[in-house]
Amino acid sequence: MQKILKYVIADILRNRIVIAYTAFLLLISFAIFNLEDNPDKGLLSLLNIILFIVPLISIIFSTIYFYNSSEFIELMVSQPIKRKTIWLSLFSGLAVSMGVAFFVGAGIPILIYQANTAGLLMIVAGVLLTIIFIAIALLSAVITRDKAKGIGIAILLWLYFSVIFDGLVLFLLFQFEDYPLEKVMVGISAFNPIDLSRILVLLQLDVSALMGYTGAVFKDFFGTVAGIGISLLVLVLWIVVPVFLSLRRFKHKDL
Amino acid sequence: MIIATKVSKQFGKLKVLDNVSVNCTKGECIALIGPNGSGKTTFIKSILGMVVPDSGFITFNGNNITHDWTYRQHIGYMPQIGRYPENMTIGQVIDMMKDIRKGSTGAFDTDLIEAFNLDKLMQKRMRTLSGGTRQKVSASLAFLFSPDVLILDEPTAGLDPVSSEILKEKIITEKKKGKLILITSHILSELDDLVTQIIFMNEGKLQFHKSIDIVKTDTGEEKLSRAIASIMSKY
Repeated sequence: MQKILKYVIADILRNRIVIAYTAFLLLISFAIFNLEDNPDKGLLSLLNIILFIVPLISIIFSTIYFYNSSEFIELMVSQPIKRKTIWLSLFSGLAVSMGVAFFVGAGIPILIYQANTAGLLMIVAGVLLTIIFIAIALLSAVITRDKAKGIGIAILLWLYFSVIFDGLVLFLLFQFEDYPLEKVMVGISAFNPIDLSRILVLLQLDVSALMGYTGAVFKDFFGTVAGIGISLLVLVLWIVVPVFLSLRRFKHKDL
Repeated sequence: MIIATKVSKQFGKLKVLDNVSVNCTKGECIALIGPNGSGKTTFIKSILGMVVPDSGFITFNGNNITHDWTYRQHIGYMPQIGRYPENMTIGQVIDMMKDIRKGSTGAFDTDLIEAFNLDKLMQKRMRTLSGGTRQKVSASLAFLFSPDVLILDEPTAGLDPVSSEILKEKIITEKKKGKLILITSHILSELDDLVTQIIFMNEGKLQFHKSIDIVKTDTGEEKLSRAIASIMSKY
């Protein structure tokens, strides 16, 4: 496993996209923290940008990387190596390099300017989101053979999680506004890792006071240690389930 | 050594392999022959575990290959179209393979690397290579670990006459060591002095698996190419 992982990481680093991504995150993070005199507000602005960019880059880079390494995968499959090892090395290679990129690019500035619970939670959520979208990308890529279609699906998935899902939730809220949906909303947020991360970090900031009754219900759940624990567990499930499904698919894939 | 039992594989509606049963024993040099799209490469890929058959099973030295991946350390595979990580140099690819398969064999068989003069090209990136040089790399990798079984898919396609002669010599020396060699080729004249058995496939079905002498007496032809041509015209 380590041997193949070594080659995957070396290959990703040679790609330079990850380095450019790190530099980009660093630039944005420092720019935001220096422009805002209130670090709390800075964290909020950074949160919105990160929740937008991190899933996008993770899902698209991983999809393209998977298709570009089809030669490598083909070569490895004909060697005395378990398919499981190949797949998990590919996943871990992406997860480690993109995770480190996020930590260096956004994590370090956050630690410098905002080393409190909200900041720490944001770093954890960012790293988890990175890995979640890598797992989702690999799942969609292993199912679709065609590269163009695979990248299209990756973009659609990102669009769904960052825009369409919220639209659907809003629609639902307006349709059923006569009913008390606050508690249901807590459950619904589990179906979108981006929303879950957003709520998780937002509730550590003072702005949650502005969110009305729903905010109060959210605070009751996400504000507690148990709530944070459960949310993080759900995020981890968002990694484990796609990886498990893609592994099962990859074991029977014809190359 | 390799026994395939009723292997079937379907890609969509197309039946690529239809109830193929073959028994390959040690020391033989077997030619897989058949028209384009007759399932030769798919059959080879299912032996390697790259394609998973829909039904039937393949055993290697008595072990079912679906549950055992270690058998692949006994196989050297030269693909029809060698696909390698484009950003790596020849040297890096070879080192990587050595690193990954380390322990399967002690010494490396670098005869072909030297014979093909690949040591001078070690710094070249895979994406810059011509088709023929790529084939040379594939061949060198297949022989590098002196495996018991060699599976060569169109080995001489794209090689210049000198190199294909070098490769043929190498195949003959390996054959003399008592290894099982599976080879597909459309250039039948090349196979003449190599093969001992013939597997003929057509439209995913195994037509026959005979020793070369029987094929020659059956058809009454002296040359393999003529014998196969007369068989092919019948199907």
